Amino acid sequence: MSLKQISVFLENKPGTLHAMTTALAQNGVDMRALSLAETKDFGIVRLIVDNVYDATTVLKDAGFIHSLTPVLGVMIPDEPGGLNQVLQVLNEAAVNVEYMYAFLGGADADHAYMIFRVQDGEAATAALTAHGIRLVDQDEVAGL
Amino acid sequence: MERYYQPEIECASREQILAWQNERLVKQVQHVWDNVPYYRKKMEAKGLTPADIKGVDDLHKLPFLSKADLREAYPYGLVGMPLKDCVRIQSTSGTTGKRVVAFYTQHDIDLWEDCCARAIVAAGGTNEDVCQVSYGYGLFTGGPGLNGGSHKVGCLTIPTSSGNTERQIMFIRDLNATILCCTPSYAAYIGETMRDMGLTPDQIPLKAGIFGAEAWSEEMRQDIQNTLGIKAYDIYGLTELSGPGVSFECSAQSGMHINEDHFIAEIIDPDTGEVLPEGSQGELVFTSITKEAFPLLRYRTRDICSLSREKCPCGRTHVKMVKPKGRTDDMLIIRGVNVFPSQIETVLLNYGYPANYQIIVDRVKSTDTLDVHVEMTPEMFTDNLGEVSRRQDELVDGLRSMLGLAAKVTLVAPKSIVRSEGKAVRVIDRRKI
Repeated sequence: MSLKQISVFLENKPGTLHAMTTALAQNGVDMRALSLAETKDFGIVRLIVDNVYDATTVLKDAGFIHSLTPVLGVMIPDEPGGLNQVLQVLNEAAVNVEYMYAFLGGADADHAYMIFRVQDGEAATAALTAHGIRLVDQDEVAGL
Repeated sequence: MERYYQPEIECASREQILAWQNERLVKQVQHVWDNVPYYRKKMEAKGLTPADIKGVDDLHKLPFLSKADLREAYPYGLVGMPLKDCVRIQSTSGTTGKRVVAFYTQHDIDLWEDCCARAIVAAGGTNEDVCQVSYGYGLFTGGPGLNGGSHKVGCLTIPTSSGNTERQIMFIRDLNATILCCTPSYAAYIGETMRDMGLTPDQIPLKAGIFGAEAWSEEMRQDIQNTLGIKAYDIYGLTELSGPGVSFECSAQSGMHINEDHFIAEIIDPDTGEVLPEGSQGELVFTSITKEAFPLLRYRTRDICSLSREKCPCGRTHVKMVKPKGRTDDMLIIRGVNVFPSQIETVLLNYGYPANYQIIVDRVKSTDTLDVHVEMTPEMFTDNLGEVSRRQDELVDGLRSMLGLAAKVTLVAPKSIVRSEGKAVRVIDRRKI
């Protein structure tokens, strides 16, 4: 079970991020989570959105290069040690985390959500599920 | 089966070509001596009279003409015919300084169009073809030259001129154009636009392209051939000598046959002016032996290339020039190293990037910097930051080994580099020297 993350190439110069968010906003795309990784002259914006098809169409029309990357959306109890518990499971299953970022759970105040990009998605899903940790799917994200 | 426009000339024996050259050169020197005081003074300064030039072997004695001479003599100083006998002017784009104005008699235009017709037939053109000329018409020689050549071959000619890419594509598709003539950068842009429209090569009626007026790499040729599903042929020329058609590629696609019945080519050392032995690389110098209105002797082109007399499988006997890397004007000197934009293009295409690039040269604290802007493509993009950076580093390494100096590579957004409908703007030099 994985989420489709949209990764967008951005030139590292003033106004490019805004141009992207403008395109998404004008077309009513709702972002659920966003993270920005950058080097000196370019950046990659990673997005989780309500409607992947609409968002990618908008981005393509606006001339943004993007790709889809499978990631895991993990529900984490919003309490001390919540994230630690998840990482412990992944560690025991020898799953390497490439990057991760957080988003808060909207109306659901008891939980936070983390996005994980891991090398072995299947192993991670199996390990997390076995320990009763809930993963969210695309439909669920859209409804949040 | 190779076809020729003027087989008796294009496949003439070496002896015949030399005989033409000897006879025409002697006549041309006399014509210039009698009618172009500007050049006569140059000859007199070297103690020469027409009697000293008995044939091609004496060519090296004659003084050179350079672009600076053309500017000095502007506008009429090098005209060899009374203006009442001249019917047209054409002019350079003036990108490297003052415009050059060249003059033509009706006879000059006729011979020039023959040269272009040879190029079109060498690219497979016949009177069954539909030839779209997307070079600029007007002062630029590209449009008028290929237009005239296309008429001579008997192609149905579509004179679209450059610009309005949607309309170019509409004509190519609606009228089933089979031959496209334009600059290579515009051909690449038309190809890119067609691909974006979802057209595959088999849906494009074109079969050949004749592309010139700027230096382009072998890799760019492959790229254009694949996108448009055509054979792409190079054509070379200078306004100063007539326009496109001074030389052209044949089916062998390995160098351009110089129309030696009209132009004598030499390769010289650009620094000393000495004629170099056959096969050496150096600056190309042309003597036009049939032009009446603008008869230039030993004109320095600033193009760096070499000549080859190796037998060509196409059957043509005229000498071939290898693809020039670019004009000495285009050559950048960065930290003392000579860099041609076409070398950078070769590296980019080798690493899978498109030929959409711009070279930015600057001087920071008295050191030259070279920054190559390359457009990111969907194929090259991945979510993995390390992987993208690795590809960027790979390109930096490739440039270093090609150029012998460190360059920076900046990945920029797609379509952010302005597309050209004529000659592409490849270099932005911000150095204030």
